Amino acid sequence: MESVRGCCATRVCGAGVASLGVFCPGFRAGRPPRLSGAMWRRCLRLQDSGRRLRDQAMGGLTARMGPGPGPTTQPLARAYAPLTERKRFYQNVSITQGEGGFEINLDHRKLKTPQAKLFTVPSEALAIAVATEWDSQQDTIKFYTMHLTTLCNTSLDNPMQRNREQLIRAAVKFLDTDTIWVEEPETLVELQKNEWDPVIEWAEKRYDVQIGSSTSIMGPSIPAKTREVLASHLASYNMWALQGPDLACVPAGIEFVATQLKSMVLTLGLIDLHLTVEQAVLLSRLEEEYQIQKWGNIEWAHDYELHELRARTAAGTLFIHLCSESTTVKHKLLQE
Amino acid sequence: MAALGSPARTMRGLLRELRFVSAATGRPYRGSAAYRYLVKAFRAHRVTGEKLCRAQHELHFQAATYLCLLRSVRAHVALHQEFHGKGERSVEESAGMVGLKLPRQPGGKGWEP
Repeated sequence: MESVRGCCATRVCGAGVASLGVFCPGFRAGRPPRLSGAMWRRCLRLQDSGRRLRDQAMGGLTARMGPGPGPTTQPLARAYAPLTERKRFYQNVSITQGEGGFEINLDHRKLKTPQAKLFTVPSEALAIAVATEWDSQQDTIKFYTMHLTTLCNTSLDNPMQRNREQLIRAAVKFLDTDTIWVEEPETLVELQKNEWDPVIEWAEKRYDVQIGSSTSIMGPSIPAKTREVLASHLASYNMWALQGPDLACVPAGIEFVATQLKSMVLTLGLIDLHLTVEQAVLLSRLEEEYQIQKWGNIEWAHDYELHELRARTAAGTLFIHLCSESTTVKHKLLQE
Repeated sequence: MAALGSPARTMRGLLRELRFVSAATGRPYRGSAAYRYLVKAFRAHRVTGEKLCRAQHELHFQAATYLCLLRSVRAHVALHQEFHGKGERSVEESAGMVGLKLPRQPGGKGWEP
């Protein structure tokens, strides 16, 4: 018996058929076991399924390895080159105007989003900014520096299939835990009072809502009316609705900026031109700046984060403004 | 907003950043689409009859935002290159850090082909 099982496990198939409790069907006492056709096919099927499982696992890993915004202009996916190391394969970046809006050309190829849609933007300034981003890549393409391209790809593709209501609700949710409403009961509180209170007052006056600041960890409770007012205000922003389906690009931009700054009130300040990007980032990082002044600055951590935050916030704000404006130049007649 | 500064300063900063961008392509920055658009936009909004022009302020704000974007992206990339982009040290470097040198055998080691 053992000799039969031994031969099944080692000689016949590496997949360990013996573990399934399969006996050699052709076993007869005294005769050496011979592999039958059915047994051989079963062995091959096991090997195949094992290989398929292993490939699926590997495929899942490689799919998650590449970062999101990797627009490929070739129809065939170049799976062997990881997206993080793509060399700059184009010389010229130019802008053309198509039916849906402005398009970007890399050499002679049109830029496409990660889901292979054509990359069109309604605003010329935004198209020029995206083209400059692509143009500023040296040698290798660093996708993590191309924030505007990322934002446009997200709003064009909408990979999470979120419509504007969901985005607005997500942005308003930030009100609950807005960073500028929780004040620490420490010496930091003076700095916070000086810096954050004017912004809160401006927001209350501008939107005619009531919000206060709190010292507890839970934050102030936002009355429902405030939420409605702000939600309707956000919804009133002009949509990037050149194409048929309702593209939620401006709420996507608003939510992006709110996520970066961890504050909805600061985002509103940016949208309404009340705060510059540097100011908003400073207000968002107030505690960190306080600690830096007290304990010192670590360049490779603090500055790194600061510049990345500034870049993302600036990209988001620019995206919101360029998507929600309509440029009309009225020539006034000079009156003498 | 007083914190924005003067438009001339923003424009100068933008031109400087565009020069850095054009250093990547090697072509002069005056030919780039961004330069032409900026010059046209700034000129168009300079002459206005109103004292407080919201469109001018909007353009200045957008220009300042774009300047912040370009500046911070460049600073971020520079910091990344300097601190986070070096990768691993080679064996020779690591040995050199503690004052050792790798041995060299003129005939090659015995097991090498």
